[in-house]
Amino acid sequence: MMGKQIGILLVSHVEEVAKGLTKLLNQVAADVTIIPAGGTEDGEVGTSFDKISAAVEEFEEDTIIAFYDLGSAKMNLEMAVETTDKEITLYDTAFVESAYTAASLLQVDVPLEDIDKQLAELKVK
Amino acid sequence: MLSIENVNTWMNLFSEQLLEKKTYLSELDTAIGDGDHGNNLARGAAALKEKLADNEYETLTDLLKDIGMVFVSKIGGASGPLYGSAFISMAKASKENEELDLAGLLEAGLDGIQKRGKAVAGEKTMVDEWIPVVDAVKENSLTPEVIEEAVAKTEQMKATKGRASYLGDRSIGHLDPGAMSSSYLFKTMIEAGVYDG
Repeated sequence: MMGKQIGILLVSHVEEVAKGLTKLLNQVAADVTIIPAGGTEDGEVGTSFDKISAAVEEFEEDTIIAFYDLGSAKMNLEMAVETTDKEITLYDTAFVESAYTAASLLQVDVPLEDIDKQLAELKVK
Repeated sequence: MLSIENVNTWMNLFSEQLLEKKTYLSELDTAIGDGDHGNNLARGAAALKEKLADNEYETLTDLLKDIGMVFVSKIGGASGPLYGSAFISMAKASKENEELDLAGLLEAGLDGIQKRGKAVAGEKTMVDEWIPVVDAVKENSLTPEVIEEAVAKTEQMKATKGRASYLGDRSIGHLDPGAMSSSYLFKTMIEAGVYDG
């Protein structure tokens, strides 16, 4: 079920980190679609282009905002962005704090440009 | 001369080399990274050998694109998108210009890596192997020694990109695993006769 126009994608090197953060975000944003893509396909530490792409396609929303933990997650995310028709924005921001901020704001229908402004302060990479 | 046949040979030799050096590459990566470089590349190498054995290619572009996609999907980590972007960029360049020579092709590959990883010379990454090699191919002066010297130079560099950058000065004194695996790429390129300067 699509609750909002914008979904959140969480990419971490560890499956449990991405899933754990999803759990945290769900608590403040019950109506926002949040999909984790953590770890490699065999559940090891790392990120997987295939896994991220599959997560992207899972969204009913055409607009996705994506948060990631470390550098190589970003590279796999960028490749996934280049191979989908969906509109995805990546944020080079503190992973947990910025995803939490975005989820809270999406839940109460704050427009994306205002969310962007708030996230800009959390840029760390 | 670039041909479908010798690029195929090149990639098979490169894959065998990666499988053979799997433990060594992971050891290099354990010192300054997350220790998975050898395993990741070996997974990509095994998948690439299979892909090449199962397919016939009519154009260099299709071959290069498939190599890139296998790397992106199967290597994972940072190396997957980096090696993958290199070959996907080469595929695009070969499509745009059918007369493209090896120097032009490798330059497109380097460009793909730098766009993806944002690394420049001297940051202790695979780019420090690629830049001297691309220059040498342009000047027709590539030798195994040029390839080895470029890897050796990464030892004294301080990492400012990639996972090793978290170590700062402590990264000095170790060879860069990505530069090392790239050196295998270029040595097998000579062996396969793709470079015949």
